[in-house]
Amino acid sequence: MAESGMDPEIFDQFLDQLQRYVRERLIPAEKEVIEHDRIPAAILDEMRNMGLFGLSIPVEYGGAGLNMQQYARVIHVMGYAAPAYRSIFSINIGMFSSALKNGGTEAQKAEWWPRVAAGEIACFGLTEPGSGSDSAGLQTTAKPDPSGNGWILNGTKRYITNAPSAKVALIMARTNKDNLPKNTHVSAFIVPMDAPGVSTGTPDKKMGQSGAHIADIMLDDVHLPGEALLGGETGKGFRFAMMSLDNGRISVGAMAAGLARRALDSAIRYANERKAFGEPIANFQLIQQMLAESEMEIYAAECMMDDVTARADRGENVLRKAAAFKVFASEMCGRVVDRVVQVYGGAGYLAEYDAERFYRDARIFRIYEGTTQILLLQIAKHMLREWKEEQR
Amino acid sequence: MKILVPVKRVIDYNVKPRVKADGSGVDLANVKMSMNPFDEIAVEEAIRIREAGKAEEIVVVSVGPTKAQETLRTALAMGADRAILVQVEDDVDVEPLAVAKILKAIAEQENPGIVMLGKQSISDDSNQTGQMLAALMGRPQGTFANTVEVDGDSVTVKREIDGGLETVKLSLPAIVTTDLRLNEPRYASLPNIMKAKQKPLENKTPADYGVDIAPRLKTLKVAEPPVRSAGIKVADVDELVAKIKALGIA
Ligand SMILES: Cc1cc2nc3c(=O)[nH]c(=O)nc-3n(C[C@H](O)[C@H](O)[C@H](O)COP(=O)(O)OP(=O)(O)OC[C@H]3O[C@@H](n4cnc5c(N)ncnc54)[C@H](O)[C@@H]3O)c2cc1C
Ligand SMILES: Cc1cc2nc3c(=O)[nH]c(=O)nc-3n(C[C@H](O)[C@H](O)[C@H](O)COP(=O)(O)OP(=O)(O)OC[C@H]3O[C@@H](n4cnc5c(N)ncnc54)[C@H](O)[C@@H]3O)c2cc1C
Repeated sequence: MAESGMDPEIFDQFLDQLQRYVRERLIPAEKEVIEHDRIPAAILDEMRNMGLFGLSIPVEYGGAGLNMQQYARVIHVMGYAAPAYRSIFSINIGMFSSALKNGGTEAQKAEWWPRVAAGEIACFGLTEPGSGSDSAGLQTTAKPDPSGNGWILNGTKRYITNAPSAKVALIMARTNKDNLPKNTHVSAFIVPMDAPGVSTGTPDKKMGQSGAHIADIMLDDVHLPGEALLGGETGKGFRFAMMSLDNGRISVGAMAAGLARRALDSAIRYANERKAFGEPIANFQLIQQMLAESEMEIYAAECMMDDVTARADRGENVLRKAAAFKVFASEMCGRVVDRVVQVYGGAGYLAEYDAERFYRDARIFRIYEGTTQILLLQIAKHMLREWKEEQR
Repeated sequence: MKILVPVKRVIDYNVKPRVKADGSGVDLANVKMSMNPFDEIAVEEAIRIREAGKAEEIVVVSVGPTKAQETLRTALAMGADRAILVQVEDDVDVEPLAVAKILKAIAEQENPGIVMLGKQSISDDSNQTGQMLAALMGRPQGTFANTVEVDGDSVTVKREIDGGLETVKLSLPAIVTTDLRLNEPRYASLPNIMKAKQKPLENKTPADYGVDIAPRLKTLKVAEPPVRSAGIKVADVDELVAKIKALGIA
């Protein structure tokens, strides 16, 4: 089924407002975000009022019903500003809401979609101290509660984006002690963060992305009612999580393309202002090469973004292409911010200028939502499998 | 009370305008257009007056091409209640006097307590429409508003004038034009943009109001401002003073 998304006229108007909001409000407030390592409360309120927390949630549930392409464009525009601004609402409209869409029961949708659309912050807990790339190796357990139809969760989740401010978490836990084929030992649970037994660790210090926070989530005999099991069935959590990761990967790719664009724009400005050997360094062909190569690669990523999201909206399985987009865009962004530091020369290494911040902020894109290596393996696996099937 | 807010579609303020090769005007092809920033301030002020319970309805009106609908939708998304598009051909530029006449006709039908305009539009910087409208209607005007305070059947306007602020009290109905520091316009939220699509937008033409929009001014030539040539550095204050004296400035 094709996802038509929001009325294109309304969407264009919204994107226009968002571009203005990014330029006039979010970028000027970046210094404050970085200095205090948090998004100012007034801006968070504005973001809620603008409807950012419910963009991809269906209109009937209080959201705006964007399709994948519109969603990616929003993230791309937000990518132009400091990544913390995207982080704070990205799980709501990304993995949390898409997991509900892929696997939630009607009652779960009716309970949670309106709440996260209104701005209650969500987080997504898959990674653990002992399992990251090997996500199916997770050790958090969900055991049937002997007194009733509920569940008892135990374990620790690590590096969970928004854990310190979240009201709800989607937690992946094993409902079988052995690893099963197709990872059906994993189930997903909707966990209110104020449930007894849930606690969060101190936010971790990170390389970049000031203002965005990650922390451990500790689950200590957390009793949940039966309705907390996503989709009401065990064994489907991993599949739901993986389906949601497509969405997450598209989001990271779009963000990376947006940040690369921002960094390149700042390099163009700097290259025109900075003089060496009596003229703007923009006149030197070796500088021009760095600018042109960056432009080329950003354009390629933007094309991939439009293609993979259009395919997703047509109902195509985009697992391989979403992975390809994420790998390309994140690696490309790494190359672009590296060149941008170079264009800035010594100033590029200084905290006083933006270049080194772009450089640090971009580094995580190649790691989360599937590392480059893991995604390359996945792409190859699917290619090889397809080839074998064609031979039969 | 009703507030009437005229809004104009102009080149986006972030765009650097370019003059057409033949010098006949500013090149608008493929250029981003937006609501005139002063009009945005007027819409915002009207909404604030309504939010304070001192107005019930905000009607926005634009005299412009079909695309001016987008500008009206933006005003509706910010919070205006309904819109009127007085449509003209795409490449027609309606001069301030004709706009003022159309607004007068609309005001006669709508009976607004305040007509809130931007002090000027950044397209031609005429700074005339509000004043002409006040004269045509024979109503008081408070231009370059820095603060607007509605109180019963009057409105107090603090005006930005050279060297400070001047306070005027106008009896309603009145014309107010907004200056830059009056307020900071809000960003339209997505839910409000969606709602705006359902709000009424009426299509009219200048003929509906019996106004002749034929131009009375003739543009001879439009040219880019001369490129500023680089200045020179002086060594000290004495040299500066000497230079100024030599130029006969002081
Ligand atoms: C800022 C930040 C935010 C995060 N947010 C979340 C979140 O909200 N929710 C969540 O669940 N997780 C989150 N994570 C966790 C993130 O998804 C993981 O860090 C990531 O999946 C990598 O796992 P890992 O750190 O355990 O690395 P490891 O899995 O230990 O990988 C280490 C290295 O080994 C490589 N590697 C591993 N296996 C293979 C293999 N088979 N072949 C080749 N190379 C391999 C990897 O590519 C990598 O280079 C976040 C992490 C960070 C830093
Ligand atoms: C941490 C740190 C420590 C330092 N320590 C010292 C020190 O102890 N002593 C000292 O004297 N200096 C020091 N420096 C300065 C350092 O050597 C300069 O930053 C460096 O030489 C680059 O000069 P710049 O920053 O002026 O960049 P610029 O010269 O402005 O260069 C900007 C960019 O333009 C490129 N570029 C310039 N000219 C051309 C051209 N003709 N063709 C093509 N590309 C060109 C450069 O490669 C660079 O990419 C230090 C800098 C830092 C950041």
